[in-house]
Amino acid sequence: MTLHRRDVVSQLLKNRGELLVIAGLGSTAWDITAAGDADLSFPMWGAMGQAAMMGLGLALAQPKRRVVVITGDGEMLMGIGSLATIGVQQPANLTLVVIDNERYGETGMQRTHTADGVDLSAVALACKFKHAITATRDVAAVRELVYKTPGPNFAAVKVADEKLPLVLPPHDGVRLKARFRRALLGKSADVLPEKS
Amino acid sequence: MQPDWPAEIHRELTSAGVTIVGYVPDAGHKRLIELCQADKRMRAVPLTTEEEGIGLVSGAWLGGRKSVLLMQSSGVGNLVNVLGMVKVCRFPLVMIVTMRGEQGEFNPWQVPMGENTARVLETMSVAVRQAGDPQTVAGHVHAALGLAYETQGAQAVLIAQRVIGIKSFQEQRNQ
Repeated sequence: MTLHRRDVVSQLLKNRGELLVIAGLGSTAWDITAAGDADLSFPMWGAMGQAAMMGLGLALAQPKRRVVVITGDGEMLMGIGSLATIGVQQPANLTLVVIDNERYGETGMQRTHTADGVDLSAVALACKFKHAITATRDVAAVRELVYKTPGPNFAAVKVADEKLPLVLPPHDGVRLKARFRRALLGKSADVLPEKS
Repeated sequence: MQPDWPAEIHRELTSAGVTIVGYVPDAGHKRLIELCQADKRMRAVPLTTEEEGIGLVSGAWLGGRKSVLLMQSSGVGNLVNVLGMVKVCRFPLVMIVTMRGEQGEFNPWQVPMGENTARVLETMSVAVRQAGDPQTVAGHVHAALGLAYETQGAQAVLIAQRVIGIKSFQEQRNQ
């Protein structure tokens, strides 16, 4: 049975509790918004290739919170070196989930490298991720990685290459940053930072 | 006597509360990288390309931590598109850049990016502070940290090649 991206992302984010969420630009930003926009979600509108590294920075800054990066195969391929960087840092609280439709969905559904057999979870494993899987039928194992298993973890979820209605999050970057920090850090997010 | 500018930068970073240091190595940053790696209050994060540093710094700030990036001038060229996120989200950013392609350069392939480092940064709305001699380095870093974190701005300190003083392949290898 083919998986559908919006179902996959809503199932992953259901009862998300204290989970911190970064989404890569394009379809995955719309997917997390369709699942329910939230202050502790940071949907990216640009900086292609940087979603995984945003997740690493956040995971290092907040070692007691679980962090998930939900991004597309094209976005992950552009930042593929970050798998090596994350592998060296070994953040136990970070999971990368690639929603892999094997297409550049925003630009005309051109094939990505994964359509020709490039195996992202094998790359993650070779980059010292603790767990790396490819899911094709259900997301139970992916949820386990996101919420429980010590990482760094990686999951490629193979999904249908469908065009879906846009569900757009807020697009003002300052607002997205401020709401995330306020929800995470409380009032201190809005005052000048303390010295060490 | 020449000031120990890498140690002075390290002191500025610790007194500002910087705890994450992303870097792509440069011979000119060798000592500062070692000081950061040895400092238990800091997490030194080697990057495969300078671009990764922008994601790292932005994610760390979402999580409430201060960070800086260390790189060579050629690496600035790898940052152009992702600096757009820094501008649009007003993420605080401090980059400490060691220059190549200036006075004393021995490798012609370093020159095009070295000659345009400041211009590229300014084009993407990063304020540039030129540290042309060893005495001014720490002051520029101090100012950059203050402005970045108190005004949510992007700042780069360019440390001139004559401060670093590497003039040949052999000298670079002997660093």
